[in-house]
Amino acid sequence: MNADLYDDYILDHYECPYHKGHIASPTCAHSEKNPLCGDQIRLELKLDESGRVAEAFFNGKGCAISQAAASILCQHVEGKTLDELRGFQAPEMLRLLKVPLTATRQRCGLLGFKVLKTLMYELDQAPAKARPQPTDGSDPVVATSG
Amino acid sequence: MNTSPETLPRRPFDVQVVRADFPILARPLPNGATLAYLDNGATAQKPHAVIDKLREIYETCTANVHRGIHQLGDRVTVELEAAREKIRGFLNAADSAEIIFTSGTTMSINLVAHAWGRKFLKPGDEILLNEMEHHANLVPWQQTAKTTGAKLRFIPLTTDGRLDASHFDRVITSRTKLVAVTAMSNVLGTINPIRELASRAKSVGAVILVDGAQSVPHMPTDVRDPAIDFLAFSGHKLFGPTGIGVLYGRREVLEAMDPFLCGGNMINEVHLESSTWGELPSKFEAGTIPITEAIGLGAAIGYVQSIGFEAIHAQESKLLEKALRLLPQLPGVTVYGPAAEHRGAIVSFTVEKVHPHDLADLLDQKGVAVRAGHHCTMPLHDWLDVPATARASFAFYNTEAEVDSLIDAIHYARHKFRLE
Repeated sequence: MNADLYDDYILDHYECPYHKGHIASPTCAHSEKNPLCGDQIRLELKLDESGRVAEAFFNGKGCAISQAAASILCQHVEGKTLDELRGFQAPEMLRLLKVPLTATRQRCGLLGFKVLKTLMYELDQAPAKARPQPTDGSDPVVATSG
Repeated sequence: MNTSPETLPRRPFDVQVVRADFPILARPLPNGATLAYLDNGATAQKPHAVIDKLREIYETCTANVHRGIHQLGDRVTVELEAAREKIRGFLNAADSAEIIFTSGTTMSINLVAHAWGRKFLKPGDEILLNEMEHHANLVPWQQTAKTTGAKLRFIPLTTDGRLDASHFDRVITSRTKLVAVTAMSNVLGTINPIRELASRAKSVGAVILVDGAQSVPHMPTDVRDPAIDFLAFSGHKLFGPTGIGVLYGRREVLEAMDPFLCGGNMINEVHLESSTWGELPSKFEAGTIPITEAIGLGAAIGYVQSIGFEAIHAQESKLLEKALRLLPQLPGVTVYGPAAEHRGAIVSFTVEKVHPHDLADLLDQKGVAVRAGHHCTMPLHDWLDVPATARASFAFYNTEAEVDSLIDAIHYARHKFRLE
């Protein structure tokens, strides 16, 4: 059905992902695993003083859709404010992938997005003064489940 | 009773004739591709004999069993008990009262884990498992161990994915109270030595539960040779309906157990403060069981008997041999599990640089249906050191041409991933 699912856009992101790796001192980070298929995504964000995403990196393993989607997500969120990220919804994430996903594969395509949303939730829950500040390279995080 | 399973004569095996019994196999997929259904380990397709039986029951004798003093109630009760008797014969059980209808393998094992495990296991007792078990034959025992203080032990696997018999002496001891083992791995296809395990379990006074979800549809089962205490399997992998399964339990063991679920049908007398239990099998069949599905399972077994396990084995062996020969010849393909003589027609594999989910998606574009993932065996995939595999699982209605379709579709997937 999805004859174009694995088009060059997805495969390019899968093979040469944007910002796959780690940030030396992220403002926040979160990992999740899709237990149904074993896909894993860790997302790390560095916020600048004005609260914009200065850098977004992901790491993970799994299918081409989950990994390409995380790469596309990182590209998309950089430069965005937290408010903009709060307004960022799943249909927009799916549109960014430019390919039609079946209901089953939407789990893969939205895994990175889900990590981002959990991250936002954790950030919003953490009292401002308790928010971890970037210090050294020791991976300060808000949430590290998964 | 035009579709009564008893009326199906044994026929000479012709795969094309057999395929005509399964209406779905001739239907084009929604994308127009021709179906090559290689996901029989997940669920099997249904023949006319089953579909027609379900329809017949719904159209002619929908009623509850063992209750209605009316013609429909009588007829459906006769049908249900005929199905139970058919299953008894299929398993060579001594008594049809030992055939308990459940919702499937998972419920069958949970029934034993609760009704036997929680009653008889004590701190220090050991439940013997192994890493190839499906979660359904692992997680219930974890919970029972937590509740009772019993300990889980695991038979180590050989490097090719068989139970390592050299450890049997060490792990099967007087502390062993239960051996729970699959007769056929749903990932590796490994056929386990049930005869030896049953004999060793008996020698230390342990009971043995066999997970027959994968084996029962593909090879003869005799619960008295070797004698086992429990056998669990599902109807839907046996070409029957979903929602129905069986727990075979040896009468003596079943009688010693307390009920699992309580309510209607499973009682003898009910007073305000206490109750007594019904006879077997009712004691373990609380509420209204999936009646039509149980009768449909009887029809499925009648159908399988009309094909015969000799023909089933011959056809599936051809497919297995061909898959095991061709798959490793493909670049980047790794096949898991033992040699053909130790396994049923299940082949799990990975293709380097193509995640199993992507592979399954691309195979599906070509009509080849396989399963991708951990197949409810996360510990086994840890042992294999891969997060997921793709699995082709065959049935007697599959053809050698479908193995070729699988190979061609893997080439297509590699091509799409710019690997060839």
